[in-house]
Amino acid sequence: MINYLIRRTVYSILVLLGVNCVTFFLFFSVNTPDDMARLQLGDRRVTADAIAQWKAARGYDRPMYLNAKAPGVAKLTDTVFFDNSLKVLKFDLGKTNEGRDIDHEVAMRIGPTISVAAPVFAISIGLSIVLALGMVMFRNTAFDSAAVVGLVALMSISSLFFIIGGQWLFSTLMRLTPLSGYASGSSAFKFLMLPVAVAVLAQLGPNARLYRTILLEELSRDHVRTARAKGLSEISVLMRHVLRNSLIPIITSAGLLLPPLFAGSILIETFFAIPGIGMFTIDGINGQDFNIVRAMVFLGSFLYVITYLLTDFAYAWSDPRVRLQ
Amino acid sequence: MKIVVLWTDAAMLLVLLGTIAYALKVLRTPHLAVTWRKAFMRPSGAAAATLLSFFLAIGLLDSLHFRPLLADRAGSSQAVYSPETRSVLDNILARQQSGRESSYSKPLAYIGYAKESVLENGNPVRSYPRLKFGGADLQDPQNEWAHDVTTRSIEGLAIGIALTVGLVLFASFLLKHRRRVSLRAAWQLLRRGKTSYPLRSVISTVGVLLILCSVIVRLAAAYHVFGTDRVGNDLMYVVLKSLRTALVIGTLSTLVTMPIAVGLGITAGYLRGWIDEVIQYIYTVINSIPYVLLIAASVLILTVFIDGNPDRFPTASDRTDARLFFLCVILGLTSWTDLCRLIRAEVIKLREAEYIQAARAFGVGTWRILAVHLVPNVMHLILISIVINFSGLILAEAVLSYVGVGVDPGMQSFGTLINTARLELAQEPAIWWTLATAFVFMFALVLSANILADAIRDAFDPKAIHR
Repeated sequence: MINYLIRRTVYSILVLLGVNCVTFFLFFSVNTPDDMARLQLGDRRVTADAIAQWKAARGYDRPMYLNAKAPGVAKLTDTVFFDNSLKVLKFDLGKTNEGRDIDHEVAMRIGPTISVAAPVFAISIGLSIVLALGMVMFRNTAFDSAAVVGLVALMSISSLFFIIGGQWLFSTLMRLTPLSGYASGSSAFKFLMLPVAVAVLAQLGPNARLYRTILLEELSRDHVRTARAKGLSEISVLMRHVLRNSLIPIITSAGLLLPPLFAGSILIETFFAIPGIGMFTIDGINGQDFNIVRAMVFLGSFLYVITYLLTDFAYAWSDPRVRLQ
Repeated sequence: MKIVVLWTDAAMLLVLLGTIAYALKVLRTPHLAVTWRKAFMRPSGAAAATLLSFFLAIGLLDSLHFRPLLADRAGSSQAVYSPETRSVLDNILARQQSGRESSYSKPLAYIGYAKESVLENGNPVRSYPRLKFGGADLQDPQNEWAHDVTTRSIEGLAIGIALTVGLVLFASFLLKHRRRVSLRAAWQLLRRGKTSYPLRSVISTVGVLLILCSVIVRLAAAYHVFGTDRVGNDLMYVVLKSLRTALVIGTLSTLVTMPIAVGLGITAGYLRGWIDEVIQYIYTVINSIPYVLLIAASVLILTVFIDGNPDRFPTASDRTDARLFFLCVILGLTSWTDLCRLIRAEVIKLREAEYIQAARAFGVGTWRILAVHLVPNVMHLILISIVINFSGLILAEAVLSYVGVGVDPGMQSFGTLINTARLELAQEPAIWWTLATAFVFMFALVLSANILADAIRDAFDPKAIHR
């Protein structure tokens, strides 16, 4: 068990190092510091002198990967790559183009993001499980096939339509919720209601379908037949034998929910003007601020790797076969 | 006329030729033919495939580009071509394209959306201006409009129904000859869906399409059927042009990365050992970067590159097309990991197969086994993953274009269409038709792709390709 956990952790660290290399290559080799300087200084003030100064101020004037002139170990350490990677791995994410501290910005903005993402995550999993259970309970009936058709239709609608339609219907026409904005504390509820509902609806299709498949697969197992043979009612078979055993694949598939959650938070936050991390990322993209985008890529991957590690641990804890491998 | 082949055109034609070549191969290979037939035997799959091929046909018409000869220079010795690149679809919709209004107008309207100062009997009056194209033939629009629209719709409906009846009759006759039964019996077979191929669902789909199309064509001769956008472009024209963008993104993204995915997947699955470990490590790394951010970062870098090298992309359409092409590459580079994993798993199964063992026993070289015996046997996975990724990519394009890292803002696409529609909906009275048109077409396209993907996924191993 310990051996397995250590192996997984080491692998995750290796993956993070790999992510760091990929992003560094993208942001510093494909797009050189000269390009960055030119973009930031603007076209008018670009002189060779200004670029050199800009680079020197950020330490980008050193060799990229290998400093041949430096002695000994410094050949590798006195480079832009080493310096920059070390900083990122210590979570020192640098400054935005306007000179604000990215770490501080992230700390300020994580609250609003979590207050949207956490309810979305919980409600969408809960609702999908309930819906999938209902479909499995009434399998091969009109309800089941209608629900399948409905879910495919839901999947085929771009989340943009849900957002725009929801805002138009509930805010503009019916005036039930504020169009956009955010407040902390108890008044956050009315601001968060619509964004959360929209995000849940947009994720319902794929999740409920996936859970339905998982539940149906479990239903065809031998132990379910045994439970029926014991004379248990259909409901207790479903709840105690099928659902419990399906929770493992459902939990492990929760990692799959993360990438849509990222994309979703960017969309939802910009449409509803919620000052979270997604909004920060969009500002960075629109302002062509490479520091912000790079920091977000690293943070996103970090979160992803950590989630996968946690699901691995949960898997190992719940399934003895994994531990023995 | 001078034929122009844009990068994406070439790629689209390659996809088409590749699919046809693969289809011919499938017909000659019994075990593949059985599985593929299973996918198209499902009535919903067959109907979805019909609808999808209709969209594909429109996209292909829009992928044949040329530069027309300038007529007024015909006398000079050297042929001069217009600087504007047109497609065959542009020519078909020439009336829609040239019948531009000055601004917004409702679907089927004969007056504009906003009041303007117009001269009436020499006096300036604030009123709704008559459209230049929409209902221009009407003398007394207030009384004639409703009558004109109804007559045109009924005429369209009649033509559509006549065509559909013709189609049904034709199918019945074919069936009559095949099965050697009476015409009435053939019709009964067709009506009850008792044919070996789900002809009933295909014919109903084509019938509905025919009726809708003929009504729209009849109305489009005199009106903007879906209204016009802010600069007065006919929305039907815009949305049909968007179809091509969606199709290009949906198919090319998977295709451009095929060599990487196939190469790495086969090598990893066949050679195993440390090579497998390294390849798995690479795709875990790529996979752990959230795709939106990876795409945003890459597109940002790409824009800087295109702006920095203006001499490589001389015309605006070159730049737009290059951006679309590279967007496909970037989308593909973030999604090749799934295909690679699928192929690796398949090859791990295949390497124990008897014909591979036999090849190895005969001393066939490793690279030859990879190229000759393994590549052809994982080809179906590529086509499947194109179909399965298709709808996701179209949806992703809309989101990315909204975020500002999608296609060029000047290019017609569902993303740019929705993006403008959002602001229009907030106006008073609301301009709902842009969003509605985008919704209807996008929904039809993505839904049919999803249904077809489901049918294909179930026909092939339903467990191996989860989700």
